[in-house]
Amino acid sequence: MSSQSLKTAVVIVGGGLMGTSAAFFLRRRGVPVVLLERGLVGQQASGVNFGNVRRQGRYLPQLPLAHRSRDIWGRLPELIGHDAEFIATGHVRVVYAESQMAAIEQYALDAKHWGLDLQIFGRSELRKRLPFFGPEVIGGSYSPNDGHANPRLAAPAFGRAAKREGAQVIENCEVLNVEKSAQDFRVSTAGGLTVTAPVALICSGAWGGAMSAAFDEPVPMVPKGPTMGVTEPLPYGIVPVVGVSTRIEHEGLYFRQVKRGNIVFGGGRRNPAYLDGRRANVNPNWTLAQLHELRRIAPALGKLNVLRTWSGVEGYMDDDIPIMGPSAKVGGLYYAFGFCGHGFQLGPGVGDVMAELIAAGATSTPIEPFHIHRFASVPAAATVAVNA
Amino acid sequence: MADPRMIVVGAGPAGVRAAQTLVEAGLRPIMIDEGRRDGGQIYRRQPEGFARSYPQLYGTEAQKAKDLHESFESLRPHIDYRPETLAWNLTAGQLHVVTGGERAAVLPYDSLIVCSGATDRLLPVEGWQYAGCYSLGAAQIALKSQACSIGKRVVFMGTGPLLYLVASQYVKAGAQVAAVLDTSPRSTRMKALPALAARPAVLWHGLKLVAMLRSAGVPLLSGISPIAVTGDDERGVNGVRVRDAQGHEHSFECDAVGLGYHLRSESQLADLAKCQFDFDRPSRQWLPRIDEDGRSSVPGIYLAGDGTRILGADGAEAAGRLAALAALKDAGRLHAAGEMPRLRERLTTMDKFRRGLLQAFPWPHQLASQLPDRAIVCRCEGVSAGDLRTTVRDLGAQEMNRAKALCRVGMGRCQGRYCGHAAAELVADAARVPIEEVGRLRGQGPVKPLPMSMPLAVGEHA
Amino acid sequence: MNVPRFVRLGEQGRAPIRVTIDGREAHALEGDTLMVALLSNTGQLRHSEFGPEARSGFCLMGACQDCWVRDEQGNRIRACTTVARDGMAIRTTREEASWPILA
Repeated sequence: MSSQSLKTAVVIVGGGLMGTSAAFFLRRRGVPVVLLERGLVGQQASGVNFGNVRRQGRYLPQLPLAHRSRDIWGRLPELIGHDAEFIATGHVRVVYAESQMAAIEQYALDAKHWGLDLQIFGRSELRKRLPFFGPEVIGGSYSPNDGHANPRLAAPAFGRAAKREGAQVIENCEVLNVEKSAQDFRVSTAGGLTVTAPVALICSGAWGGAMSAAFDEPVPMVPKGPTMGVTEPLPYGIVPVVGVSTRIEHEGLYFRQVKRGNIVFGGGRRNPAYLDGRRANVNPNWTLAQLHELRRIAPALGKLNVLRTWSGVEGYMDDDIPIMGPSAKVGGLYYAFGFCGHGFQLGPGVGDVMAELIAAGATSTPIEPFHIHRFASVPAAATVAVNA
Repeated sequence: MADPRMIVVGAGPAGVRAAQTLVEAGLRPIMIDEGRRDGGQIYRRQPEGFARSYPQLYGTEAQKAKDLHESFESLRPHIDYRPETLAWNLTAGQLHVVTGGERAAVLPYDSLIVCSGATDRLLPVEGWQYAGCYSLGAAQIALKSQACSIGKRVVFMGTGPLLYLVASQYVKAGAQVAAVLDTSPRSTRMKALPALAARPAVLWHGLKLVAMLRSAGVPLLSGISPIAVTGDDERGVNGVRVRDAQGHEHSFECDAVGLGYHLRSESQLADLAKCQFDFDRPSRQWLPRIDEDGRSSVPGIYLAGDGTRILGADGAEAAGRLAALAALKDAGRLHAAGEMPRLRERLTTMDKFRRGLLQAFPWPHQLASQLPDRAIVCRCEGVSAGDLRTTVRDLGAQEMNRAKALCRVGMGRCQGRYCGHAAAELVADAARVPIEEVGRLRGQGPVKPLPMSMPLAVGEHA
Repeated sequence: MNVPRFVRLGEQGRAPIRVTIDGREAHALEGDTLMVALLSNTGQLRHSEFGPEARSGFCLMGACQDCWVRDEQGNRIRACTTVARDGMAIRTTREEASWPILA
């Protein structure tokens, strides 16, 4: 390929949901954008996750961002011309243990102060509304306005909308290097294209850590692959998203029925993921363990067949909190990556907040807990990403 | 030193000869097979209690079928045979299986010989989703295994030797065959005669089948383009419409259609094992790479039979033995190595014939691009040709997995077995790229739908 | 549609068995697959989830997954690879969403 160069205001590295929504919202604010994606938009974590659009259960300081994002989910058709199959079905978290019941009750009290209203159901109330629960489920917490969407469609839809708004979205374009010289960032790519811009936004997911490390801001992040599966279709009858709240990793399953009838499920143990190969494989034993757990939650699921399993590469921070906000060391550099397998719901909000931050210099949504400077004192050796 | 742990997947001609070879060498392999009985597809056994003779069931191949079944019976006490067992996934050195849909196990292996066979290869035609439309293989299984015809009046359509074989089997069995409609023009078949002469007995037999159909008064058309299978949502198929080589339309009344274009290798296990695949130009499909002995690109994984290359039952028997000999050699258990060159030669002859068949009965890929927008391509999910074209043109999909993610082609229960090839042709045509550039649907477990009632697996140690 | 689809061409000297199809008793033969037991009495096995048409299976070898039927308890059974047994009770009508399925 010939060497070509582009000059723009903001160069975004990574075309997942964070990158494409940021590109879209930057264009809405009149900012020129070039987005570079190594493969196809939305292929990595953005495309393989469970599809939960939930605020319930989040780390409380994340709720303002989650609220802002939820508002955008509800307006997707008018904003990007596509609903990404988002439906506000409600989300219910169920528990097996009394101690966990106490935990979700406490969360409901706390979340109220952060603007999230939840309803607690005991054993019989839960079954009156949702009769399919198995005998071990003792109660749950319900969030009426949460829901779910289709992760395979969301980032591509934002990508197309960003393009329509005038962003240059370049796929099959691997970024080799991001350097800062004087005023501008200079991004060089495998095909010979160079992009220069005074602002760079790193949205490269599990690969973001290598890029922040190149700017002397390493972070403790490991790649992991979720264990996902989907069943054959059955008549639509389970409306809310269902999840288990538990301290035991292998019990933490969740599932959602889509309008077409298939049930998507995930949770429990994760798999090793490989940054080099950009792939993760499901351990078949984890799938069988999931089936066991799904039958505990809803015994009738045992009548169905699993059609497909999959995994992908997600980036997990040691403290389970993403990296979002300005660089602590380099002017004009911003980050939004490492969303620890819980970024899908936040995606539209992250894009809007980063666009606001970049365009206006500040954002009304508090994101300080996610700033990269929380790792500034961690020695570099301790933050090398481990390829398990 | 402990015996190498070897597993053979598939109890058809390739698998039986592979297992037989391993037993000869003093091993006791595990043999798993999805079916209730051995034999695979071509030599599918009728259920116990059925009375038809071998000549009635297998015609000219009766002796070969008998030999294979008897070989298996002698083999049985010396192998760990697990019928009704599906290999649903695998990881390095471990095969994940389920028996009877309810007993799960993890089987460790040092060598795996995959003889997973083939299914019919299908190209959609408008209306093929109606009740009463079956694959050619299905029509044959109904007869061979259950002594049934798929309908009162059957049209057979597609291309390949199976088209004529099944039609003639139906005529012999007393079923009503309304027409045999071949997309391959007669002139194309003529040009392939030299290549087909690589196996003169098989060629001769094929010509006799055609003559028999003609003398039975069955309309035979060549060089046709399917237009539609006509039908009714509740009652199913009621006819077939085609255009002949001169452009004239023909209609045939029927209540059943047997449809098929050759065979399609079942390569899911090879895919999950991360074997390298190459695009096979003669057949226009992706096939797992093998060396001359059946070694895949992954050490310890051997591939034989129609699951790797469609060479037919005779080729499968040779390939099964050769792959087993290779596995033994690689495991340091040299056995009958002197046979390997002869087996390789046999397979070379088979492959010549394979190419001849593909030349005579080509996969009519151009018909995919001629499908009207309303034709259903993915039967399981109801994805139409128009949906696929929209996904390419409006949503930017240029390869199969992207098309799948965006429009659901291949997301249904059959996991892309019956729509994948035609969908690739449509995507390539709409994207205006060569067929190999759109790739193939990425393999994912389970290999077939897995019951959610399955328990945790028992790990077995040899 | 109640019109039988498959036509028996032989092997009819087998013991009879009874199955129930959509609540109606029907006759089949020992050694039939469930698919043959059903389609020798009726024309359909189920309905497409994503189209208007009835379905009657496709490959007969356990590959296409078009012949999954359900019994009266909502269990899913692949008709072409399952041997028909006396007393099986199958529904071929469109499945409704109802809690008994899911509970």
